[in-house]
Amino acid sequence: MHLVYPTVLAALLFAIGVYGVLARRNAVLVLMSIEIMLNAVNINLIAFNAWLQDTLLAGQIFGLFVIAVAAAEVGVGLAIVLLIYRTNETVDIDSLTELGDAQGAQRDAQLAQRGVDRSAAGAGAEAQVR
Amino acid sequence: MTLAQAAPGYADVTAQEVIFLLLGLVAVASAVLVVTTKNVVHAALWLVVTLAAVAGSYLMLTAEFLAWVQVLIYIGSVVVLLLFGIMLTKAPIGGTAGLDGENRVAAGIVATALGGTLATLMIDAFRHAYIDLDDFTASGAEETGSAIFQHYVLPFEVVSVLLLAALIGSIVLSRNDEGGR
Repeated sequence: MHLVYPTVLAALLFAIGVYGVLARRNAVLVLMSIEIMLNAVNINLIAFNAWLQDTLLAGQIFGLFVIAVAAAEVGVGLAIVLLIYRTNETVDIDSLTELGDAQGAQRDAQLAQRGVDRSAAGAGAEAQVR
Repeated sequence: MTLAQAAPGYADVTAQEVIFLLLGLVAVASAVLVVTTKNVVHAALWLVVTLAAVAGSYLMLTAEFLAWVQVLIYIGSVVVLLLFGIMLTKAPIGGTAGLDGENRVAAGIVATALGGTLATLMIDAFRHAYIDLDDFTASGAEETGSAIFQHYVLPFEVVSVLLLAALIGSIVLSRNDEGGR
């Protein structure tokens, strides 16, 4: 098998994952996109392991560790998402702006006022926080 | 590794390459659906298809143990965990238009540029590289197991400690503290 096929597949999957992380607003969907990116990395690891004919199987073992760390990451990440949902009543990443500066917060408040219909719950939680 | 001269051209396609390309097609198409579908639950179910296709491509690259680990851990537990997350955050189950942010055009530009750059780089760098799969037999579950427990025993144990720490961390984070203290 040509090495180009797995590496190009990994590049495409990684780009799709990047698009999901940047474009999605729901935190759970962002976690899913991160999983796609981690899988793309794993394809690369295994392909290069087979190409280099590594008898120690370093690529495969590293891929195993990536899967284990991804499982841990999803567990902790979902716990954080649930905590955010419990305190803010929303998992909309665009409306979680408590860490922004005052100017940005003003602009976001205006945005939230304009977009009340699309994220009524998120805007309501924001108004409560302020 | 130095198979540049001996590598067959791209015209004579092997059966493994055909299967790998089909699996890759399924993986890419379902991944696109994961990041574009309007339904949260459908996104999780399309993620199952993506992960299964990636597991199949692991199999085609001789990593049989990792393929089954992928099926067990990713499809078996991570997707179930994500579905729990969807349910517990009361995400709108029906189709909704508000799942994508305002910056989806910018995200599309960034992702296209990144994917194009990476794919061009990979094609340019590894055009002549060829994986000799028939020669590479030391990759079954037996070899993987002995590699883990002989050469990588310490990192393996560290990973189990990491999983324990993540377990305790998520319990502490998701515990309801209102009644306590």
